[in-house]
Amino acid sequence: MTTRTTDKLITALIYTLFSLFALICVYPFYSIIINTISANDISARGEIVFYPKQIHFQNYIDVFKIPGLADAALISLGRTVIGTSLTVGASAFLGFMFSQTDMWGRKFWYRFTVITMFFNAGIIPWYLTMRSLHLTNNFLAYILPTIVAPFFVILVKTFVESTPKELQQAASIDGAGTMTIFFRVMLPICKPILATVAIFAAVDQWNAFQDTLLLMTDSNLYSLQFILYNYINQASSLSTMVNLQNAGSTTIASLATKQTTTSIRMTVTIIVVAPILLVYPIFQRFFVKGIMIGAVKG
Amino acid sequence: MAFRKFLYILPFMVLLGVFAYYPLYGWVYAFYDYTPPIPLSKSEFVGFKWFHSLVENQVKIDQLLQVIKNTFGISGLGLLFSWLPMVFAIFLAEIKSIRFRKFIQTVTTLPNFISWVLVYSLAFSMFSSEGIVNGMLSQFGLIDSPVLLLQKSDNVWLTMWMWTTWKALGWSAILYIAAIMGIDESLYEAARVDGATRMQVIRHVVIPNMLPTYFVLLMLQVASFLNNGLEQYFVFQNAFNKETIQVLDLYVYNLAMGGGSYSVSVAISMLKSLISVILLFSVNGLSKLTRGESIV
Repeated sequence: MTTRTTDKLITALIYTLFSLFALICVYPFYSIIINTISANDISARGEIVFYPKQIHFQNYIDVFKIPGLADAALISLGRTVIGTSLTVGASAFLGFMFSQTDMWGRKFWYRFTVITMFFNAGIIPWYLTMRSLHLTNNFLAYILPTIVAPFFVILVKTFVESTPKELQQAASIDGAGTMTIFFRVMLPICKPILATVAIFAAVDQWNAFQDTLLLMTDSNLYSLQFILYNYINQASSLSTMVNLQNAGSTTIASLATKQTTTSIRMTVTIIVVAPILLVYPIFQRFFVKGIMIGAVKG
Repeated sequence: MAFRKFLYILPFMVLLGVFAYYPLYGWVYAFYDYTPPIPLSKSEFVGFKWFHSLVENQVKIDQLLQVIKNTFGISGLGLLFSWLPMVFAIFLAEIKSIRFRKFIQTVTTLPNFISWVLVYSLAFSMFSSEGIVNGMLSQFGLIDSPVLLLQKSDNVWLTMWMWTTWKALGWSAILYIAAIMGIDESLYEAARVDGATRMQVIRHVVIPNMLPTYFVLLMLQVASFLNNGLEQYFVFQNAFNKETIQVLDLYVYNLAMGGGSYSVSVAISMLKSLISVILLFSVNGLSKLTRGESIV
């Protein structure tokens, strides 16, 4: 009897604790979203706790009046699309090539690649060399360093090695060269792992902040993350500016849609996080599989 | 044929050489009196001057010690609670309802996928003087003036650890969840036949099976003891908490990009990288000795 009671108690405790932690994980997102679509004056008084009040979407129209936001969105989108495609392509190819036992110096080059995960020169030496390569204030700096990613190469290689050898052998007997085997045989088979790599790479690109901070002084090359960081620290001047612009137009800015420091900051936050929140439910099932393939290798 | 295969990957190896290995050449800046815009070729070679300068007087020693203390404090807290993801996974696996378990896993993994800038922005929206939490508290009449939660200099190590945990806990648990799913079902059955209670099953079946994973991850964490990363501390730093938030990575950044002392910064960076590599080899050797298996 007593064990059953403690059992129930443990179960109740587990459910409560996990629910609480889950709440702590989502509430910040939820709370900010409902605050950005509620009347700004009510929101400023701290009355929006559980659900939105006097819903409006003026904030989302207004923030795009801030100069630079649309451009930064384009830069972020550009680096994510271009960077991710190249990283996925390179990871697929290298993962496949490193599984080719007859490659010259295979072991050495694989180590040469993997070992870079465990050391780095440090950010300042990295910055100084990037500068000497003329990669400051250069869009290529967002792309080139990310193409070869050792972790993704390991993921693909492990996956390729788990597929039956006969597939490649059969193609080889039929007279297919290395490239034909890669494109015609392996690439279609590797789709699941490449989806995982694509997700990781895209999230990394979208979230990248440090490279902009170190390398870019040209505001045309600022990413959304970087611009958000700047906004957090100077949102008050931006809200004044947007309000002035609105005052000139025919629509009368009521208190409910008047921009405050907080409304600007929260709205931009949601715009920056939106892509992640939108694709997250879809990619969630991919990465669990992906990380487990990586875990098998250890 | 074998060599042609190598030629295929050569361009990628060149990329890796340029972006992962060539920056090591940047370490030479530590041995020159480098002040931009004067190029390195026209700078004076000063040998180990900058390394000596790190400890040349009490003020500099104190400053460096404070930075090292912060690094050790924050990394130490991480090590102290390194078992949390394992416990998280163990108790998550105890949840019988698959839908609820999946839901918890999905929701708690989400914060791992947002950037530190966004975490800071969430923190700011929630906890700044005009943030949601202060708004709620004054709305309910609990406080008169806003509580400045982000500008306090005390407990910075703890709050930084809490943000790291909030962001990474659910994600770090995935490896352990994989380990639990790999446990042989017959072990559970045997334990049940022997009349083991739930807690006894966890203690004698689940935990022993997770320890290898825990050990590997712990070793990797030890190896990166000095590498807290820059982003988290950079975005959370302000005039009030600078003293206690400055970890080595942030200090190196502030010295160079804030103060223009590139050479000193590179010198510290270099020491840090060298110690990290030594740490990695040490834990790897330790792993080989105790488990007969290397981790890298």
